[in-house]
Order: sequence, then C-alpha cells, then structure tokens
Amino acid sequence: MIEVNNLCKNYYVSNDKGKNFIQKMLYKELKKVQALDNIGFTINSGEMVGYIGPNGAGKSTTIKILSGILTPDSGTCRINGMIPWKEREKYVKNIGVVFGQRSQLWWDLPVIESFDLLRAIYKVPQSEYKKTLFLLTDMLDLDALINIPTRQLSLGQRMRCEIAASLLHKPDLLFLDEPTIGLDAVSKKSIRQFIREINHESRLTLLLTTHDMQDIEALTDRIIFIGKGKILFDGERELLRKKYNKKEVKVRCAGTVPELIRGLELIDFEDNNFSIRINSECIEEQEAIKYLLDQVHIVDITSSELSTEDIVVQMYKEYEV
Amino acid sequence: MKLYFKYLRAYFLSIAQYKKSAVLTIIGQFFTSLFSLIGIQFLFSNFKTVAGFTFEEILLCYANIMFSFSIAEFFGRGFDTFEGIMANGQFDRMLLRPQNEIVQVLESTFEISRIGKLIQSLLIYLLIIPNSSIEWNVCRLLVLIEMLVCGVILFISLFIIYASFCFFTTQGLEIFNIFTDGSREFGKYPFAVYGENVLKIFTYVVPVACIQYYPICFLTGKSIHIADALVPLVSLPYMFLAALFWRKGVKRYKSTGS
Repeated sequence: MIEVNNLCKNYYVSNDKGKNFIQKMLYKELKKVQALDNIGFTINSGEMVGYIGPNGAGKSTTIKILSGILTPDSGTCRINGMIPWKEREKYVKNIGVVFGQRSQLWWDLPVIESFDLLRAIYKVPQSEYKKTLFLLTDMLDLDALINIPTRQLSLGQRMRCEIAASLLHKPDLLFLDEPTIGLDAVSKKSIRQFIREINHESRLTLLLTTHDMQDIEALTDRIIFIGKGKILFDGERELLRKKYNKKEVKVRCAGTVPELIRGLELIDFEDNNFSIRINSECIEEQEAIKYLLDQVHIVDITSSELSTEDIVVQMYKEYEV
Repeated sequence: MKLYFKYLRAYFLSIAQYKKSAVLTIIGQFFTSLFSLIGIQFLFSNFKTVAGFTFEEILLCYANIMFSFSIAEFFGRGFDTFEGIMANGQFDRMLLRPQNEIVQVLESTFEISRIGKLIQSLLIYLLIIPNSSIEWNVCRLLVLIEMLVCGVILFISLFIIYASFCFFTTQGLEIFNIFTDGSREFGKYPFAVYGENVLKIFTYVVPVACIQYYPICFLTGKSIHIADALVPLVSLPYMFLAALFWRKGVKRYKSTGS
C-alpha cells in the first residue's frame, strides 16, 4: 500500500554564527540540514505502524511528504498507486490526517457544523455520511459533544472529535501525528482503544507518530525508528525488546556480604542490608540465588524488565541521536 | 459553489457568537471612513474643483473605490491575512483537502466589518447619482457596474499577489501595502491629481487607475474614447497573472516547507 524508496529532503537554514550585525545584513550563508536521508520502507494494507524517534528526527517531515504537503528532493513514494505530491487533490480523498497539535475543526462552530462542512468538502453522499457519523458517534461517545462549539471542548474531548473528523470520508489510510499529546490517562486509553478497534474492523492502515511509548505498546506491532533523518530500525516491536531487554534480578539480603562470585554485583549497602544484582549473561539466575541462599538471609527478590520507554532511551543513546 | 455558501454560512454562524463585537466593528469602520469624507468636504469648501473634477465627481470616485475595496476585503480576507494562515499551519491543512488552494483560502474567512464602509458608499451613491452633473443612461450605468466588478477582481488579485509573497519571505511584505491599502487611499481622488508619474505607476504596475481614473473620465464626459470605458477589463488578465504567481509560490512552499 505504501512504498517509499530513497526519500531525501534537505532544509536550508541561514548560518549566522560568529557574524556581526553588518555581516548578517550583507550576506547570508546557508547551512544544509538533512531532514531525511535515504528513507525507505513498505507498509501493507491494514498494517498499524509506529513511527518513532526523538524531536527533530524527521518524523513530521516524513508525514508531510507522505500526505502530499511537501515535495521531497529525491526519491519515490507510491501510495495507493499515486504519488502524493503530484496528484494532491485526488490523492488526499483517501487519506485522513490527525495532527495532535493542530485542529481541523472550526473553532467557533459546534462540532456537528464542522463535520457537515467536511462532508461537503469531501463530497460524501448524505446517506453514507449519516451511517459513518452514527458509527463514529457511537464508538467515540460523541453524543454529548457534537453540539458544543469546538473552543469549549476539553483537549481530550476535542481529540475524539478530531479523530472522528478525519474518518468521516472513510479513508483507507490514516496518519496520526501525536494523537495523545497532552491528554489525561483516561482519554489516552479511550483513544487507543478506538484506534485498535477501527484498525481491526475496517482494516484501516495506520501510521502513528508519538513520543508516548504506551501508545506504541498498546497499538503497534511494528516500529520504524528514525534518527537524524535515517531509519535505524524497522521491524517487530518484540524483536527490539529481545535485543535490548536485559532482565534485571535484584536480591536484597541481610547479613554480611559474601564473596561475590562471577555474575554478582553489589549495588548498594547500608548497615546489615545490601542488594546484589545478578547479571544473567554470566550466571544462571537459579544458581546465583541458590548460592546466595547458602550464604546469607534473603529478604526480597525483585525482577524487572525494561519498558519500551527504557528501550527507546537506550536506542537514543546507542545511535547518539 | 454550494460548498462556498456553506463556508459563508459557517462564517456567519461564527460571527453570531460575537454579535456585539461585530456590530461595533461595523460602526467603527463606518466612522473611520467618514472622517476622510469630511476631509474631502473641507477641501471643497475652499476650492470649486480639484484637477478639473467637481465635488460630486470626486465623491463618485471615492464611493467606487470604497465599494470595490470593501467587497474585495470581505471575500478576499483570507489572502489579506495569509501570513497568519501560513504561520499557524492552517495552510498545511488546506493542502490535505481535495480542493483547489485558492478557493480554500477564499473560503477560509470573510470580513464582516467592511459592511460599514459598504453602507457608506451606497449612501453616497444615493446622494450623488441623482444630483451630479453626469447624464446617466444605460451605457454609463453599465460602465459604472463594470468599474465596480472589475475593481473587486483587481483588488482580490492584489491580495493574492500580496499573499504569494509570504511563500518567499514567510512574512508578508508590508511594503506591498503601498499598493493595496495605498491604492485605496490614493484612489479616493482621481489618480491624475497626483501627477503623471503616480498615474503611470497606477496604470502599468498596479492598474488601479484603469478601474478608476480612465472610466471616470469617460463617465464625466472628459473623454469620449470607448477605450477609456473598456479599460477596467484589464483586471481579468491581471487576475490570471496573480494566480500564476500564487501557483509559483505554492510550488516553492511544497519544496521548502515551513
């Protein structure tokens, strides 16, 4: 469905460093910033993909190119058999875009009026519109909101309306750019659930950018990780977890510190209590615990796994992005 | 077209949320332009004619320009405030919709306060059309209508050009206001009043004189050339020029982003 190859995009920003006022006025030195550097991926119909990366990595640029707002410097991109920036008006009929930070609803109008305008813009037939609207109102629980002007809605309420607005014309492809930004836990949860449902039921293809790793965990199986304009990882979320996840077992003990055999590491020590971390690469956990049982009194054993969030932090570190 | 009326309706619905503010700005607009009218009146208490034009003829000029400019501002407000539309990402949103960009900017907003000026120019017409020295006939009335319609087209084209500059500078070029707001202010008197050079600029660069000075000469009988009556039509090719410039801008936007 989406096929992206060797996409490149450069920005030019003026470089004023180390120049005085007159020099700035007289000439402008342009610095090239590679926003996208040979991006390529394929997304199949019905797939839900998380597009992650630190701020300024090129996520928004990619979305803007894929949705036809920007033209890349080089590379190809075919979506639904169309090139987004070449056949913009035809192409956008089949996509929906939600920007978490920007509204597409008319600020002073009741939500339903905005919906009606969108219906007219996308030329959706009345009967079909009514069906879709009914479905969306039901799923997103919009009944009470629909007659309120957008400006009076809370962020969570507004986001539910935004998502409904971008689905009124029944697109096959939905871009979600930070859809849960700034929302409270309950709203986040209900939006995630809705996204899952809609992806499941109507086989909608979804590309989701976010900084919220819970979004990723709850929604997508596949992650595309981008940093400094390059794709650093593209694959199963689980694969990533396996690669980075170091299960950590900590044992809290009382008594005197025993001789530390290979794989054991003392991490904190106070009075008669101390904790030992077991490095599972060097020693079997069972064996280590058995060894400790013989030597000291064990107070507590904790085992923790890295969350996706920690994994991403590690990836940021590893790739220095 | 149906969609356009939907947008118009949406705009009025939004305005209805702030009724008092809307009424006050309309009144405000009425009075601000009333002062320049008083200025003309004051001028004519000392002189009989200005550059060969009588009080009524100047008023006709004044009303014409105000009428077309107000209508142009009402419909073309989106281009006038395009800087903001681009800065807050609204333009990105427009590119995501299956509709021509120019149409969408036109639809995006309107400006109701200009009705204040519109009412004033209508009042002036009521006052001077029966009283002026011009002998009105069908032909002259048609020329008057042509002036107004072409005036609206011309001013909207100027707004489009102004907005297109935003693509190249990301901020609007305030200097271009010399031609938009300037032509409205200058246009209150026939351009010949300001001397030949100004007349030339407003004929060949920003052809505002074409919808004002030349046809006014025809209406008042100062010229009998039919060309002077038809010259407002240059605003049509001018509009295409503006659209062309706009498209160049959009192309540039799409390849640089914001």
